[in-house]
Amino acid sequence: MSAPNRDMSFAAVTARKNEIMKASLGIDFMDFIQSPIAFDYERMMRETGYSLEDIARIQAETKVGNTPLFELKNLTEAVRSFAGPGKGATILVKDEAANASGSFKARRASISVYEARRKNYQGVAAATSGNYGAAVASQAAMRGLKCIILQEVFDSRGICQPEIVEKSRACEAYGAEVQRLSVGPELFYQLLMTLETTGFFNASLYTPFGIKGVETLGVEVAEQVRQRFGKDPDAVVITHAGGGNLTGTARGLLAAGCDQTRIVACSVDLGGLHMAADTDFNRKSFTTGHTGFGVPFATWPDRVDVPRNAARSLRYMDEYQLVTQGEVFYVTELLSKREGLERGPAGNISLTAAVTLARQMDRDQIVVVQETEYTGAGKHQNRQLSFARENGIEVRVGDPRENVPGKTIVIPERLEQVRGRVQDMDKLRRSYLKNAVKAYPLDQWNEGDYRFLAADLKQDVAWVQQAVSTIEMN
Amino acid sequence: MTKIAKGTWVEIERVLLKPEERAPNLPEDTRKCPYVLRISGFLQADAEIGADVTIRSLIGHEHTGLLRVVNPSYGHSFGATVPELLTIGLGDKS
Repeated sequence: MSAPNRDMSFAAVTARKNEIMKASLGIDFMDFIQSPIAFDYERMMRETGYSLEDIARIQAETKVGNTPLFELKNLTEAVRSFAGPGKGATILVKDEAANASGSFKARRASISVYEARRKNYQGVAAATSGNYGAAVASQAAMRGLKCIILQEVFDSRGICQPEIVEKSRACEAYGAEVQRLSVGPELFYQLLMTLETTGFFNASLYTPFGIKGVETLGVEVAEQVRQRFGKDPDAVVITHAGGGNLTGTARGLLAAGCDQTRIVACSVDLGGLHMAADTDFNRKSFTTGHTGFGVPFATWPDRVDVPRNAARSLRYMDEYQLVTQGEVFYVTELLSKREGLERGPAGNISLTAAVTLARQMDRDQIVVVQETEYTGAGKHQNRQLSFARENGIEVRVGDPRENVPGKTIVIPERLEQVRGRVQDMDKLRRSYLKNAVKAYPLDQWNEGDYRFLAADLKQDVAWVQQAVSTIEMN
Repeated sequence: MTKIAKGTWVEIERVLLKPEERAPNLPEDTRKCPYVLRISGFLQADAEIGADVTIRSLIGHEHTGLLRVVNPSYGHSFGATVPELLTIGLGDKS
């Protein structure tokens, strides 16, 4: 596949981004953009033309949705055994591994692939090293479309992250072409080239289709909890990376009327590791759901492969929990041994935070872990820990507070030691504002920009005005 | 060298960007490496390992690159046993 007359250098291809996106999505983002900061988010989400009912119907056609909600009775009891008097909320988990392709990402892929089919594209392409690739490939298989998945797989020694090898395997199992790439952000350059030369639909994670597909997850959580317990969930914990899982689920919960439910994000703390660094690539035991994505995407969502990101996590987030790699591996193992569910790994990040939350919450309250994902060779905690050892990471049992990303993984001795820690939300919001000032000088902001930022940060305009007045740019 | 027969499932490798052509602002260690693609498909003509070849992917698209692996497999596993995991959650059963 080639386009011989075009300049294919990094700079030239990147400069054609808007043109390529328009052709590969059929969305003209300029219709919604009001300034380098503000755009009409709700109108963009509305004008994709799919209602929640449409989405549920489309998803049911391709084996997506209506997953079970399980009560984790043994884990709840274990938390109650050390939580204070009257404490220890009921922990529920939504078994999203039951979707075709084994994760909630099928919800996200389903609408994009349906849209691609409706608009008569020959195929779909996506740049993703996660479960999303298998989800797009699986949905494309059912809708009779070709599929190309681009993944960041191996470092300069040629060593592949085992979890991503499993994802390559899954994509090829569903009949997709898999382009395996070395470490670097040029994954998006290769995606642009691929979209331009093939004319395929861009099944980006960050379009309105991708996010609206997740809204059914929030609605199902609301309905299932109400049906069983006669009330709304008190908190929903969501593994956070690019922000789509949180945004879609929270929008679904709100659409179902759960406006008092606390939306809690959770990521694995990989502080200190550089996401584009070749030597750090195989020093991570999580390929997603970590702070290396979670923090930059929360504090500037529009860093993605579409002009404006439909996943805007700070718009919905009430709290952000961090957990360590060792804590997640411990809880993943407990889920198998005490609850008889072998799942993971990234889906269990929110389960780990739920242990901390349940401990703090009252006994009659409900905390929902809104996803699981399949596990297996490459993904399994045993492989990730043995791979860490092979890459010189110390793995030991002890106090998880001694965990050092890229150096030491400490597996807790007891569940009481799983405590996570809270990320400072105001610091995140200020960091977002700092990025906004970099994108568009403060003296040019108008009322619309302030209103947009307030909504995007779940604050009021006065808060934004006060916060920007104290920002120091470096 | 042995000829690999046309139609064999193989993996090829191609440098997409040389170090000097890569994105700006990369960390030092990444910047000095080429940006490399590996992809599997059916070999379009008899060739030897290391030769410049064309393959046809699972969706029928053609790609060119250096022939790297014959009959590539995934090779991922559950890894060497990590004893520290075995005792987690056994409770009274241990």
